[in-house]
This record gives sequence, C-alpha cells and structure tokens, in this order.
Amino acid sequence: MSLRIVVCVKYVPDATGDRQFTEDLTVNRDDVDGLLSELDEYAVEQALQIADEADDAEITVLTVGPEDAKDALRKALSMGADKAIHVEDDDLHGSDVMGTSLVLAKAIEKAGYDLVITGMASTDGTMGVLPAILAERLGVPQVTLLSEVKVEDGTVTGRRDGDTASEQLEASLPALVSVTDQSGEARYPSFKGIMAAKKKPVESWDLSDLDLESDEVGLEGSWTAVDSAAQRPARTAGTIVKDEGEGGKQLAEFLAGQKFI
Amino acid sequence: MAEVLVYVDHVDGAVRKPTLELLTLARRIGEPVAVALGAGADATAAVLAEHGAVKVLTADAPEFTEYLVVPKVDALQAAYEAVSPAAVLVPSSAEGKEIAARLAVRIGSGIITDAIDLEAGDEGPVATQSAFAASFTTKSRVSKGTPVITVKPNSAPVEAAPAAGAVEALAVTFGALATGTKVTARTPRESTGRPELTEAAIVVSGGRGVNGAENFHIIEELADSLGAAVGASRAAVDAGWYPHSNQVGQTGKSVSPQLYIASGISGAIQHRAGMQTSKTIVAINKDAEAPIFDLVDYGVVGDLFAVVPQLTGEIKARKG
Ligand SMILES: Cc1cc2nc3c(=O)[nH]c(=O)nc-3n(C[C@H](O)[C@H](O)[C@H](O)COP(=O)(O)OP(=O)(O)OC[C@H]3O[C@@H](n4cnc5c(N)ncnc54)[C@H](O)[C@@H]3O)c2cc1C
Ligand SMILES: Nc1ncnc2c1ncn2[C@@H]1O[C@H](COP(=O)(O)O)[C@@H](O)[C@H]1O
Repeated sequence: MSLRIVVCVKYVPDATGDRQFTEDLTVNRDDVDGLLSELDEYAVEQALQIADEADDAEITVLTVGPEDAKDALRKALSMGADKAIHVEDDDLHGSDVMGTSLVLAKAIEKAGYDLVITGMASTDGTMGVLPAILAERLGVPQVTLLSEVKVEDGTVTGRRDGDTASEQLEASLPALVSVTDQSGEARYPSFKGIMAAKKKPVESWDLSDLDLESDEVGLEGSWTAVDSAAQRPARTAGTIVKDEGEGGKQLAEFLAGQKFI
Repeated sequence: MAEVLVYVDHVDGAVRKPTLELLTLARRIGEPVAVALGAGADATAAVLAEHGAVKVLTADAPEFTEYLVVPKVDALQAAYEAVSPAAVLVPSSAEGKEIAARLAVRIGSGIITDAIDLEAGDEGPVATQSAFAASFTTKSRVSKGTPVITVKPNSAPVEAAPAAGAVEALAVTFGALATGTKVTARTPRESTGRPELTEAAIVVSGGRGVNGAENFHIIEELADSLGAAVGASRAAVDAGWYPHSNQVGQTGKSVSPQLYIASGISGAIQHRAGMQTSKTIVAINKDAEAPIFDLVDYGVVGDLFAVVPQLTGEIKARKG
C-alpha cells in the first residue's frame, strides 16, 4: 500500500526584504517578493527521503495562500514532490492560525494521508504552533520539532532536541511530523526537476470545495485582533570606536559606566 | 476578581524564572491560579505563593513524562474547566507554545504567542508582540473565547507578592490522544553551570569570526567574567563549533537580556530576529560595515582575538 505524505508549505515574504503591514494590519504580501518558506524546504526534503525509503509513496504539497503561492508549490514540485494542492479564496485574506489550520485540516482530510509533514515555523509569522494545532484538529499523534525522522512499518520515530533534554519519540501512522532546520540540508531543484515540475498536477480548491463558510476564516473568522502595529524606533546611533590597541579597555569602560561591571 | 491560570514550568519542583514573570503579568489582569504538573509539582507551591499565586493546582502521573505534550494539555484543560479563568498564560518555550495552542483549539479560543508585555484592557488583556525580526511592535487581543497567551522570558520583572498559594489536587482524565506519541528515551542536557540562555541578564555570543570550536573558550571566558550565558550564530553552530541549543536567532533561541555582546557576528536578519530586543547591544567585528553596528549602543571595530581577551582581563581586574 502506498504511503501518502502531505507536506504543508507556506509562501512568505522574503525576510531580507522590507517587510511591512498593510492598512488592515495584515502582512503586506504585495510589495515584497515572496518565496517558499526556507523552513518548509526542510519538510519537503524529509518527505523526499522518507518516500525514497518506502516501497511506494506519494508526496502531495499543500499550501493555503494567494495566487502567487503557486510559486512555492512549483519549487516543492521541482525538488521532487509528486503533486500539489493550492487552496485559494478571496475570503481567506487575514486568516489567523486558527483559520489557516482549519483550512489545512479540511484539505488534508480531503486529500487523504498517512503522514503530514510541516516546517518548524513560518518565517513571517514565526508562531510555530500550527503543527500542534493541526495534529489536534486531525486527531493524530504529533511528533514535532524533529531533527531526525524515520518511517518504518507504519511507525514514525524521531529525535526532538529540547531545551532540557533530547528525546526519542515514536508514534503510529497516521501522524503529523514537524522538522527543524537541523534535520538536514534541503536539496536544490535540478534542471530535470524544474522541467518535470511543469507537468505535475496542481489542483486548486476554494472554500466551497472544503465545505467551509467564509465567516469561519479570514479576518472575520479570526480569533485574534491586531489593534496596532508600530515600526520600532530605530535604535539611537551608538558609539563606534576603532581598536587601536585599547578597544577592549574602552569597551570595559563603557560597560562599567552602564553598571554591568 | 477574575482568576488567571498560569502554567508552571519547573524542573522537579524548582520553578523556572519565566513562570515567576508570568505571575507578575497575571496579577495585572486578575488573581493568579497556578497549574503545576509532574514530579515535584507540590514542591512548587511555596515559591509560587510568594509571587502571588492564590491557589496551586497540582497533578502527577507517569503519562506526563512518558508521552509528548498531550497529557499536559488534558491536565491544563481540566484546570481550565475547574476554574473558568479570565485568561490562560503559558511560558513561551517550545513545549509551552504547543500546550497552549492545543488548549486554545479545544476550548474554542484565539491564541497569542510570544508576547513581550501584557496589560489589562477594556476588551480583555492586550498583548505586545514584536514582528518581522523585531522591526515592528504590535498590540493584539484575543477576540474569541478565553485569551490563551504565551509570554517570552524576560518580559516582566519578578515581584514578591505573598498570597495563600493553597495546594489543591487536580483531577485529570486522559483522553485517547494522550498516549499517541511515546517518549522512548530521554537524555537530559548536561548543565554547563552557566545561566539559561533565554533567562540570562547578559548574553555573550560568538559567530563565524570565532573561527573554530577551539577558540570558543575566548567567548566563554568573557561570559564567565560577567556571569553571562553563551550564545552562537547559526554559522558557528552549523560549523559544529557550538551546540545548537545555544543558537540565537529565528531558528534558535530568542533572547532579550539587559546586555548582548556579539563577537564575530555580522548581524544577518535571522540573527537579529533573536536578539534585537536586548536592552543594550555591544558588538566586536573587524568589518566596520557589518550590519550589526546599526544596532549597537557601543561597537568596537577590531579583531576579536585582541579585543575580547583584553575586555575579559579588564573586567576581571575591575571586579578584583
Ligand atoms: C531560514 C533561516 C533561518 C536562520 N536562522 C538563524 C538563526 O536562528 N540564527 C542565526 O544566527 N542565523 C540564522 N540564519 C543564518 C543567517 O542568515 C546568517 O547566515 C548567520 O547569522 C551568519 O552568522 P555569522 O554572523 O556568525 O557569520 P557571517 O555572516 O559570516 O559573519 C561573520 C562576521 O565575523 C566578522 N569577523 C571575522 N573574523 C573576525 C575577527 N577575527 N574579529 C572580529 N570579527 C571578525 C566578519 O567581519 C563578519 O561580519 C538563518 C538563515 C535562514 C535562511
Ligand atoms: N498558509 C499555509 N499553508 C500551508 N502550510 C502552512 C501555512 N501556514 C503555516 N503552514 C505550515 O505550518 C508550519 C508552522 O507555521 P506557523 O505556526 O505559522 O509558524 C509551517 O512551517 C508550514 O509547514
């Protein structure tokens, strides 16, 4: 039987660009170039490695996002995923993590799955809670923040390096896994991969395909409200000295003045 | 007065500092009721009472250590149902965020993560967060259900505020999902004797400029002279010079100490994301154009192999 893997990938504004909020205090996705979240490349990579080890596996990449989010799917397909699903709907604008996770859960159930793989956090929102919420919604074990993952005989095992301990985890499929950037360098798409990706199927679903109402998602269905967003005042220009042999002493003098010594 | 649930992060009964900070914030919006789980839970009560907990709900069961996260969610949910609080506050550790998130879905509440401040507001607690690598500060509220909010370390002072802190046993029934993810082995991290990175008042970090694991002792000696924690950039971690648990930045720890000293770190946006809210920032870098200098209160353009040992020596001399 084939192992059905769904990888959740997010299309995010480039972190090195000048990221801003729009007037309705949602992330401005128009004025900064977007890309597949770098942290989700690790999820795609682990999916590819797990599929390689399995007798028969199929990788579907899934994104919830605007029209341009197709770029993220293409990148994942060119890395080697088999097919893609794009959930897109005007009413999704402004969804918070509760809304997004609801849509993802519905789409994952509709697609059918044995294993869901996500990144550790998105590089724009950086909440890192969606994987846990998704596991709760799907009612499957969460095996999250793995720096090492393996699937064998219907069981997923992995290593989670936490603050106080390193843990070895184990769960039966179906399950949800999230992987960290310590899980192993993600591959670059090959030229062949990029060409092949153009022919791979990308399905588009909207809210009605998922039996969701517009008020369950988007700004309206959001369970949190952002009241204000202010640019942090630029840090006041500090003192910069060139080391002419006394740099360490000058720095000590500064620290003493600030009562750190 | 409304009760506010505070999830306690402790190690065998020793309460970690961020939980005491949560009690300070909880008192701004109501009366703190603490929830302590696992071995040593009862032993947390004295310290929690000193810092304002009116009640401490405790539970211990093997499930808390043998399975990942969900048993703790079941317990926090039981506390939520017993208390009907005005808000639930959880420390922003990796596990804390997962527990909070799952609780929020279950009780139909919105969630705010990584708050750096919290005040009472007309429509419920208002959380301050930083966004886009700390280049923005936002104020948010939970608009549906009981606010579930995770708070970063160093977001509030620890304050003494003696309260009853009466211990009550919490009855917990584990659901079917509780035993879904088994913890088959656990290797505790060895203590370095230095302060915890996210809790430290001073953090001393080294980057690619440190140029080898064998040179990191220069950074450690400076840290020790100041009683500081040691951090590292991802470049230093990826090169295998320092453990990943010490990485500062977007995919490492986010720190907000009184003083952050960066040596041989360029200041890439992903690094800044984890340290930009530090109160005072100091950098040593031989490249005057390094972006880290845009953030500093004091910067030294120079070779860290000369500047850092001289600084360490001077600190030791001054401290006598
Ligand atoms: C998705 C993603 C997540 C990331 N997450 C993180 C993260 O969590 N944390 C993080 O740190 N990075 C992260 N990065 C990486 C980040 O982009 C940078 O690559 C990294 O921070 C660079 O580390 P560095 O400053 O030590 O190295 P470099 O950028 O190479 O800088 C080294 C600096 O040392 C100086 N130097 C060299 N020799 C000396 C000397 N003898 N004396 C003084 N100065 C010297 C140089 O002038 C230079 O400025 C992430 C990247 C991505 C894509
Ligand atoms: N809009 C989205 N579409 C698909 N996957 C997503 C989306 N948002 C978040 N994810 C997944 O959830 C992970 C954690 O996201 P977050 O909790 O937002 O930091 C990411 O690494 C993705 O794998």
